[in-house]
Amino acid sequence: MTKKTMIKAITDAMDEELARDEKVLVFGEDVGKNGGVFRATEGLQEKHGTDRVFDTPLAESGIIGLSTGLALQGFRPVPEIQFFGFVFETMDQIAGQMARIRFRLGSTRKMPITIRAPFGGGVHTPELHADSLEGLMAQIPGLRVVIPSNPYDAKGLLISAIRADDPVVFLEHMKLYRSIKADVPDEAYTVPLDKANVVKEGQDITLISYGAMLQESLKASEELAKQNIAAEVVDLRTVSPLDEETIMNSVKKTGRVVIVQEAQKQAGVGAQVAALIAEDGILYLKAPIGRVTAPNTPYPFSEAESDWLPNQGDIVAKANEILEY
Amino acid sequence: MSKKIIDFEQLKKNGDEFKTVKLLSEEGKILEKGWQPDLSDDELFTLFKQMVWSRILDGRSTKLNRQGRLGFYAPTAGEEASQIASNFVMDKQDFILPAYRDVPQLVLHGLPLYQAFLWSRGHVDGNKYPADFPALPPQIIIGAQFVQAAGVALGFKLKGQKNVAYTYTGDGGTSQGDFYEGINFAGAFEAPAIFIVQNNGYAISVPRSKQTAAKTLAQKAVAAGIPGIQVDGMDALAVYEVTKEARDYALAGNGPVLIETLTYRYGPHTLSGDDPKRYRTKEIDDAWLKKDPLVRMRHYLADKGIWTQEKEDQYAEEVQEQIKEAIDKVENMPKQKISEYLKNTFAATPAGIQQEIERFEAKEAK
Repeated sequence: MTKKTMIKAITDAMDEELARDEKVLVFGEDVGKNGGVFRATEGLQEKHGTDRVFDTPLAESGIIGLSTGLALQGFRPVPEIQFFGFVFETMDQIAGQMARIRFRLGSTRKMPITIRAPFGGGVHTPELHADSLEGLMAQIPGLRVVIPSNPYDAKGLLISAIRADDPVVFLEHMKLYRSIKADVPDEAYTVPLDKANVVKEGQDITLISYGAMLQESLKASEELAKQNIAAEVVDLRTVSPLDEETIMNSVKKTGRVVIVQEAQKQAGVGAQVAALIAEDGILYLKAPIGRVTAPNTPYPFSEAESDWLPNQGDIVAKANEILEY
Repeated sequence: MSKKIIDFEQLKKNGDEFKTVKLLSEEGKILEKGWQPDLSDDELFTLFKQMVWSRILDGRSTKLNRQGRLGFYAPTAGEEASQIASNFVMDKQDFILPAYRDVPQLVLHGLPLYQAFLWSRGHVDGNKYPADFPALPPQIIIGAQFVQAAGVALGFKLKGQKNVAYTYTGDGGTSQGDFYEGINFAGAFEAPAIFIVQNNGYAISVPRSKQTAAKTLAQKAVAAGIPGIQVDGMDALAVYEVTKEARDYALAGNGPVLIETLTYRYGPHTLSGDDPKRYRTKEIDDAWLKKDPLVRMRHYLADKGIWTQEKEDQYAEEVQEQIKEAIDKVENMPKQKISEYLKNTFAATPAGIQQEIERFEAKEAK
């Protein structure tokens, strides 16, 4: 057990999987000698060789098409998209191709691909670096979308993703890369896919979130505790498909829910969570479903991030509104 | 004003060096002095039979489509030299990534004909490929097969396996970003891929001249730094030879090759409502009919004493019977189940999908 940042936990996960399975390949723009623009692949090429960890030309569609071809040859590709705002360049290769191959070929082929990509606001990046586009991915059948909120989950979920025989989009929030350190086992371990995590138990209200908003929700729960309100905090971890059981168990217990996402209201997966609760749990609800989201504009110019991004204050305010309904 | 240093007219002429490789005249005579294909008489007749097979299959598929016994169908008549002779070069372990018009190659590579018919009708069983069958089903998204081919080819290289990935697109497809990314990636990785552009002059109704100002499509290889070759796509021997030399080149570790075949489809783009009379004239059709790849091979093989009408007719009967058996088999396939669709979506079934499977299984049991 060592205190590690999320970026270090992610590097360790790839390092261990590269060592464990010779079919694992790590590639993308600048992931080789440079060790990645965030140092996520630092030292991996030197240790595992240029046939296992390599740079690609600058073309996202080519990178994911390459991954599909390599998967058809029995490899386990872990490609990187440098920033998830660049996913539009490769939407066909993800949504139109990779995610459908198992279905198209009637289960005679598998696509064990893990696409890693940074995203998320709060670090003043230029245009189309920070956008939360997990909602687009969540609408693609055949694809898992995983978003860790802390170093421990990041390592365990990434190892699970790499070992999975289905394609996974693994989104890493840039603000979380180095802002928190946590105990992470030095050896390989897995955190299950498709499973949400009840990070903090409570009886009064459920706060459901993922990514950086999980950290904001935890801070909000501390504020609420000062008001003698026990909030249950749920981390979705896999945002598609949803862990319906864990979500519903919490909602049934508390009867009140606030869904928190960094994405715009019309984006993200919050509406999907809300629809699930409305469909399966309306009789358990003591108040309407609350949502905390970003406004419905394109991602802001960087100087306006702090006014635009949702934060703990927004969560506390919305929770109080739901509690007082 | 000082002297200008750029000669734009000269720069525009860069494509002029791409000459069309042509080995057989329209009368079936070898044009290249001293050249002979390295194919035995048996192999030559097999190649010809495959072309005949494809022509008959095209005619029957068109009729079966009109009768509602087949679904989506993209006609192939006219493209036999381009499709069949290029495929004829390939090893059974080479990996084919066909476009939607490249069903004949897929079948000749090993896909049972009835599965090709199931694919046309829209049945998942048409795409259930044996684990060791190196192929993908026909690609609908134009260009997608090119970037995937780069990956398959890199896979061969990393495994140290002496095989190539080969893939096809049309003239219109060369305008796609994935076309360029595919050949460029394969070039950068020196991966053994053969990219074949079947230039039949039209992308649905849009003529080749509207796709690009480039004089040839083969010269687009220059942008990837790889060899590009233009070949008479109605000449089976030329297509065979060019593809064979390209495959040998790629297998020797030199990286990919782009081949442009100049060909023609006698029929419409697809049978889903396209009418070539809206954009092509009878004169154009007639000019291409004179170049028919089958006629040319008949002349050539007759001169060698290999071909007779009787032998062809006899073979044609076998093909008709084979097609009949395949279509009969298709019409007796069990209906598809949505529960199976759900099972095919993930290897590790999520809980929500499991619930849907149970719901559909209950419905299907009724």
